[in-house]
Amino acid sequence: MAEFPTELRYLKSHEWVKQDGDVVVVGISDHAQDALGDVVYVELPEVGAECQAGDEIAVVESVKAASDIYAPVAGTVVEVNAKLEDSPELVNESPYADGWFFKVKVSDSTAVESLLTAMQYQALCEAEEH
Amino acid sequence: MGKKTPLFEKHESLGAKMADFGGWDMPIHYGSQIEEHHAVRQDAGVFDVSHMTVVELHGADGLAYLDRLLANDIGRVKSPGQAMYSAMLSETGGVLDDLIVYATGDPYLVVVNCATRGKDLAWMRRVAEGYECEVVERPEFAILAIQGPRAIEKVKSIVGEDLVGDGKVGEQKVALIEGLKVFQGGWCDGWFIARTGYTGEKGVEIILPEDQAVPFWDSLLEAGIRPIGLGARDTLRLEAGMNLYGNDMDESVTPLESNMANTVFLEGRDFLGADVLRKQTEHDELVGLVMAGKGILRAHYPVFSDGAPVGEITSGAFSPTLGKSIALARVSATSSNMTVGIRGKMQAVECVNPPFVRNGKQVYKPKKPR
Repeated sequence: MAEFPTELRYLKSHEWVKQDGDVVVVGISDHAQDALGDVVYVELPEVGAECQAGDEIAVVESVKAASDIYAPVAGTVVEVNAKLEDSPELVNESPYADGWFFKVKVSDSTAVESLLTAMQYQALCEAEEH
Repeated sequence: MGKKTPLFEKHESLGAKMADFGGWDMPIHYGSQIEEHHAVRQDAGVFDVSHMTVVELHGADGLAYLDRLLANDIGRVKSPGQAMYSAMLSETGGVLDDLIVYATGDPYLVVVNCATRGKDLAWMRRVAEGYECEVVERPEFAILAIQGPRAIEKVKSIVGEDLVGDGKVGEQKVALIEGLKVFQGGWCDGWFIARTGYTGEKGVEIILPEDQAVPFWDSLLEAGIRPIGLGARDTLRLEAGMNLYGNDMDESVTPLESNMANTVFLEGRDFLGADVLRKQTEHDELVGLVMAGKGILRAHYPVFSDGAPVGEITSGAFSPTLGKSIALARVSATSSNMTVGIRGKMQAVECVNPPFVRNGKQVYKPKKPR
């Protein structure tokens, strides 16, 4: 069974978002990594890049397919997870911790509140499977 | 709901991720496709490929019929049970399917792809008109491929312990396996065992009655042979430089454009599609690509030579054995300056002659530009 930590917010495109003041951490959900299969490459954004909510900002490549990662909120990329360069399997092994993708300094710190809750996202995933 | 092999419930109980494959519910992986890939390169794995279509050719004209049906020359096959890989062509030279025929005499044994089953059977029956040759599908078989450096020794130990009745059958199967050359098969007690495969490793493919598939599968897993899904089957065959029908070739291309020229014998022959191949002196070719940089090559990405578009990738993947991405691509020209467009950016690739990997080792060589 996939995990849906309740302290996180989610996008219907399967990213998770964790807010820490005016910075948010972004990764992909347990459900998403399981559906993708073994992750073999992650193309991360550049530090300093600016984004709007919904921008295609990164790409995750699994044995199965290439999938776009969308910016959950507007802001500036302040850090990327350099460990994914040599160890993309961290996305499968630890999707909510070591497998994070990038951090964004948000323009509007209330933007995260409009994203899906764990319960809403889980319901979407379960509907997708049926 | 798709069709199910006799091992469907085994796959489910192993936690396989199942998906539709040519109308069949098949296992894609059992947890990690990459670990399964390595298991076949380093030890032994078993694939359920019962979705593939087994056909027998009954009648006195089998040899003459195959000479008309196939681009490869059945007349060159001398050893009993020897396997021959061939394209089956339309009258216009397009590849209808690729198949394996085992030279077992009457009846000849043929294995074709599942996605092309209906089309293949209709074509094979149409071509058989006028020959004393009946095309008979044998759907009551299961097919297991056991592949990897330790596959044959493990299979021998299992079938050797198969002490049914007086125990002679197990001994006979072991003797059959020990006597087989690479790319040769033979019948024993209702099982057809052949030293063929789709991975570039040593191994066997076994066609057996479907009611014996579950106990044999259980014995294979008890012996430490790992179940392998169709995901790893695809990366293994790509590393081995083997084409996948529907990706690397189809009816719109000839075998000469599909890196299959070594399976085409034109001289003195009159097979279907031969006239078209004789006239095809200038054509595209299917080449291998290796990318040293990060990223994954995928089907349909555009390929460039010295900056000019020359074709596209037909199959691409991350190669677990090489730790980088590899691909097959159909191109009109090659050079020492080849690139692939990945999401709008040009990435350098090396153009090589497949295969990429054989028996667990990197084997590819740079291709001479033309």
